[in-house]
Amino acid sequence: MVSLATTFGRGAMTNHWRDLEHADVMFIVGANPAENHPCGFRWALVAREKRGTKIVHVDPRFTRTSAVADYYMPIRAGTDIAMLGFLIKTAIEKNLYHEEYVKHYTSAPLLVKDGFGFKDGYFTGWSASANDYTDKSTWAYQLDSSGYAKQDPTLQDPQSVFQLMKQHYSRYDVDTVSKITGATAEQLQKLADIVLSTGRPDKVGCALYAVGYTHHSKGVQMIRTLAMLQLLLGNVGRPGGGVDAERGHANIQGNTDNAISWELLPGYLRIPLAGQETLADHFSVNVPKKFDPKSINYLSNYPKFLISLLKAWWGNAAQKSNDFAYSYLPKPGAPSSWLDIFNAAYTGKLQGLIMNGMSPANIGPNSNAVIKALGNLKWLVVMDPFETATSQFWKDAPGADPAKVQTEVFLLPTTHWLEKDGAFTNSGRWAQWKDKALGAPGDAKDDAWVFTQLYQRLKAAYQKGGTFSDPILNLTWDYLDPYYPSLTEISKEINGKDLTTGKQLASFALLKDDGTTSSGDWIYCGSFTEDGNQMARRKTTDPTRMGFYPEWAWSWPLNRRVLYNRASADLQGQPWDPTRPGILWNGKQWVGDVPDFPPTSPPSDGIKPFIMLGEGVGRFFSLGLLVDGPFPEHYEPVESPTPNLLHPNVSADPKAVRFPSVQDKFGTPDQFPYVATTYRVTEHEHYVTMNVPYLVEAMPDMFVEIPVELAQEKGIVNGGRVKVRSLRGEIEAVAVVTKRMKPLQVNGKTVYQVGIPIHWGYVGIHKGGMGNTLTNFVGDANARTPAFKAFLVNVEKV
Amino acid sequence: MSTPLDPLAIRRISASPSPNPSIRNGNVPAVAKLVDIGLCIGCKACEVACKEWNDLGVEDTYNFGSYQSHKALTPNTWDLMLFNEVEINGGLQWLIRKDSCLHCDEPGCLLACPAPGAIVQYANGIVDFNQDKCIGCQYCLVGCPFDIPKYDPKSQKVYKCTLCVDRVGAGLEPACAKACPTAAIKFGTKDDMLAEGKASVDRLKQRGFVNATLYDPPGVGGTHMMYVVPHGDRLADYQLPTNPTPRRGGLGVLGAWKWAGAGLLWAGTVGLAVHFIRFRGARIDAIKARERELEEQEGRR
Repeated sequence: MVSLATTFGRGAMTNHWRDLEHADVMFIVGANPAENHPCGFRWALVAREKRGTKIVHVDPRFTRTSAVADYYMPIRAGTDIAMLGFLIKTAIEKNLYHEEYVKHYTSAPLLVKDGFGFKDGYFTGWSASANDYTDKSTWAYQLDSSGYAKQDPTLQDPQSVFQLMKQHYSRYDVDTVSKITGATAEQLQKLADIVLSTGRPDKVGCALYAVGYTHHSKGVQMIRTLAMLQLLLGNVGRPGGGVDAERGHANIQGNTDNAISWELLPGYLRIPLAGQETLADHFSVNVPKKFDPKSINYLSNYPKFLISLLKAWWGNAAQKSNDFAYSYLPKPGAPSSWLDIFNAAYTGKLQGLIMNGMSPANIGPNSNAVIKALGNLKWLVVMDPFETATSQFWKDAPGADPAKVQTEVFLLPTTHWLEKDGAFTNSGRWAQWKDKALGAPGDAKDDAWVFTQLYQRLKAAYQKGGTFSDPILNLTWDYLDPYYPSLTEISKEINGKDLTTGKQLASFALLKDDGTTSSGDWIYCGSFTEDGNQMARRKTTDPTRMGFYPEWAWSWPLNRRVLYNRASADLQGQPWDPTRPGILWNGKQWVGDVPDFPPTSPPSDGIKPFIMLGEGVGRFFSLGLLVDGPFPEHYEPVESPTPNLLHPNVSADPKAVRFPSVQDKFGTPDQFPYVATTYRVTEHEHYVTMNVPYLVEAMPDMFVEIPVELAQEKGIVNGGRVKVRSLRGEIEAVAVVTKRMKPLQVNGKTVYQVGIPIHWGYVGIHKGGMGNTLTNFVGDANARTPAFKAFLVNVEKV
Repeated sequence: MSTPLDPLAIRRISASPSPNPSIRNGNVPAVAKLVDIGLCIGCKACEVACKEWNDLGVEDTYNFGSYQSHKALTPNTWDLMLFNEVEINGGLQWLIRKDSCLHCDEPGCLLACPAPGAIVQYANGIVDFNQDKCIGCQYCLVGCPFDIPKYDPKSQKVYKCTLCVDRVGAGLEPACAKACPTAAIKFGTKDDMLAEGKASVDRLKQRGFVNATLYDPPGVGGTHMMYVVPHGDRLADYQLPTNPTPRRGGLGVLGAWKWAGAGLLWAGTVGLAVHFIRFRGARIDAIKARERELEEQEGRR
C-alpha cells in the first residue's frame, strides 16, 4: 500500500475486479489469482472471451494462473525489479510509452536537484560509517521562487525526472536482466512485445499483483516499479488499466483502511511519532506540500480528517483548547510492526499478546523463533473459532514440553465471519455489507463483544484511579448496549456526522477542522448516510455501461469505482479511448464514473489529475518518501544464490529491516543452494480450513514442489518424502516433482527453485510440516513486511 | 436454463424391455452440462460442491505427488479434477479436466446392467443409478467406456454422478455448475450448450488453439456432459478416450438388448448367465484393480 500511495496518492487497487474486462493486456506478477482469487479471476477470463485480452503471467512457478494464461514467463524469485526495469528501459528507448500522458500526467518533466545520482549500489547521500542515508537533500525537486517544482515540458533537461529515470534503467539491458532473472533474452523480448503494446491511447492494460510482491525485502519498490511502468504506458486512471492490488482475505482492504497497520490511523492518516507533541507538529510533517500551482493537493485537508477522527473518538473531551485531545493518541517511539512485535517477544521485552484473526505460529516468519517468542510471554490470549497452532504451541509444537512453558494461554471461542454481519471491503475498495449466515455455536462470541468486555473492565479499573486515564475514561461510547455495540452503530460512527445537527454526513468534503464534525475514518465518509447503509445496496443498474454499478454496495472514496479517473481523459477532457470512457467533460461538468476531480473544473483550467499529490501528477521519482531511494533498484534477496550483478558489493537492499538478535540468521548458497518461495493453495484459507474435512480431502498433505531435474539429481521420487532445510529449521513434506518448476540459468549457473505452501502445522485434521519454519526474519525496507517469498533451502530425500 | 415440463420423465430403464415407459416425455428437451476446459482453473469448487450437495462421505486422501486429490473417482467422489502436465510443441501445458459421468445418450452402463430399474435414463438424457435396485454385479463398470461408475464394497452398490437430477428436477442447475467461479461449467438444454460450446471452440481457434474441439463423442450417441477441449488433438493427455463406444460383447447392438431385457423378464437367470459369461473376465479384473487400490491406500496410511 505504501508504494501505491507514494506513486499515485492512495494505497489501494486503482480499479476493481469487474473492470478487468476492459483490459487489452493483463500483466499478472507476484500473484496467482486463478488460485488465490478465483472469483475475481472470472473477470480476467470474461475479458478474454469478450475482447481477446492477452493474459500474461510472470512467476517463479507455473501455477493454475499460468495454466490459463496466454503467455507465461518463469523468473527467479525476488528479481522482478530487474524484469520491470528492463520493460521501463525498453519502453523509453523504443518510444513505446504514452507520450502525451507522460508529459502531462506524470512527474517526468519535473527537475531534480543537481547532485542526485546513483553509484555502486547507493543513491547519493549514503554514509558508510552510519550505514544509512544521512543526506537526502538531493532527493528533491529544484524549486522556483514560489516554492513550486521547476519543469522542462520537453523532458530533455538532464535533471528532469524523465532523463534521470532513463539513465537509471539504462543498465537494465536484456542480457544483464536475463542473467539476473533466469528468463531468457527471447522470453524477455516476447514479454516486452505484449506488455508494452498498451503504451498508446487506443490500448490499455492492467497490472495485477498480490503478496508475491509485498513479501520481499524490497517489496514496496517492486510494486513501485510496476506502478511506474503503468504510468509510463499511460494506463493509470483508465478503465481496463491501473495497478490492481489483489488483497488476501475477504476484508484485508478494510483492515488496512481502518488502520490494521501500526504506522497508520484510520484512512491512512499517520500515527503520530514521538516528538510530534502538538497537532501543529504533526501537521507540519504530514500535510503535503504543493509542488505545482495547478495541483489540488487534496491531502492539504489532512487536519479536517484527523480532527474529525479525534472528535469521533473523544467527543466533548476533544476541544480546540486541548488540541482536540491529540495528546491522547499513542506515539510510538519505535516501529511496532509484526516483526518488531515478535522480535520484542523473542528478546523477552513483551509481557502479553492478544491475537485475533491470525495465528502467528504458522504465519511466521521463522516459526521456530515465533514459537519461542510466544513461550517468553507471561500471557497470551487467542480469539479464534478453532484451536490454532498459536493457542496450542505450548503442548503441540514439535518438541514442546508443557511443563517448561510458563505462558498462560487463554483461548476464547469467537465467531467465524460466516457467523457475524458487517462489511467486507474487497480488493477493488467496494465495501459490501453482509448478513450473518449462521448463528454462533456454543459460547462463541463476536470479537467486538470480547473487546467491549475488556474495555469496560479496563474502564472500571481506571475509574478507581491510574496514570493518564483520560484516553480510556473519555472515549465516546454512546451505543445502545454499552456492553455489546452493534456493527451497524460502529459503521455509522465510522462514517461520521455533523455534530451541530446530529445528522450523518454524505461526504468527507463536509468534514471540518473546527470540531463540529466527526468521522471515524474519513475515506468511509459517505458509506452510511442519512439515506441509510450504502454498503448494503444491491442494485445492478449500470448507466454508463462501463461496469461501474454505482448502486451496488459502496466504494471508497465517494463511491468512485476507478481512482484517478481524470487521467482516463485527454487534456481536452475526452476519453483516450472513446470505447472505454472513465469520465469525460460534457462542456459543463465531468460525467461517467464519480469524478476523482472537481466536478465542474473545465479542462481549460489545466488542473492536474492526481489530486492527492502535491505535484498533481503521478510520481516516477519518490523524493525522500521511501527510505531506500527515489527510484526502485534491483537488490538481491537477503538470502540469494548469486551476488548482485549490477553492484556486487551492495547485493541486498541496504535498508532491508534486519534484527540483530539470534533470529538474524541467513544461509549461504554453498549450504543452501536452492531458491525457495512460499504460497497458498486454492483449497485452503490459511489455517482455518485445516478444520474442514472436505477441503482437507481436496488438498490433504504438506508438499513441496520440486523441479524434475533436481529430483533426478537427488534421487527424489514423485510422491516420496523429502526433508527441506533452511538455516532456521527443517520440515518434512511430500515431493511433488514437476515440470512446472523449471531450472533457470542465473549468471551462468543452473538455479533450482522450490515451492513451499504454508497451510499445514501441528493442529487440524491433517498435520504436516509448517512452511514458515523455513522463512527468514527480515522485513521490507519501507513497510517492514516479512520477506516470505525468496530465501534459500536445501532438499534431501528422506 | 429451461425447466423441462416433466424433468423426471423416463426414457430408458436397465434390463427392461419397454423402451419408453412414459407417455409424457414428448416435450422434454435434452439437457447438458458444458465443461469449458479453456475456462477451468482447477480450483476444485465443483469437486467439493458435489460432495456437499450429495452428502458424500469424506475420504482420507493423501498427496501422491500431484494437485489431484484422488487417483480416480470413488463411490464417494463423483467429481474429480484430473491434473496432467504435458509438453505440447515445446511448451508446458497443465491440462486440468473435471472428470465425472458424461451421461452418454447411449449409456454403456445402462445397456450392460442386468438389474431391472437399477439404471435409468430420464427423457432429458440424465443417466442415474438407483441403488435400491443395484445388485452389485459391477457390469456397468465394464460397460462404461469412461471408467466412471465405482463399486463400494461396503454397501455392495455402484455409485456415480447423478447430474444432480434432484436439483435439475427442481429447476436448478447442478451443484458443480452453481459453484464454478469462472463459469467454466455451464448448464442448459443440449442445443444451447452445443451452440455455446461451438462458439467457445471458435474463440479458442482464433486464439491459436487450432485443434480445439467440442467433445460430444458420437460413439455413445453424444453426451449430456460435453467438454470444450483446447488441445483437441491430444485427448489422451486429458485422459479422454478418442472414440468411445458402449463396451459390449459379441451380442452387439441395442436391438439385441431389447431382446435380452425381455428375456430377463422371463428368465432372469438366463440373462444373468449371459452377462456373467460376457463380462466375467472384465469384472474380475475391475474388482481386482479396486482391491489393489484399496490395499495401496491402506498401506499408505
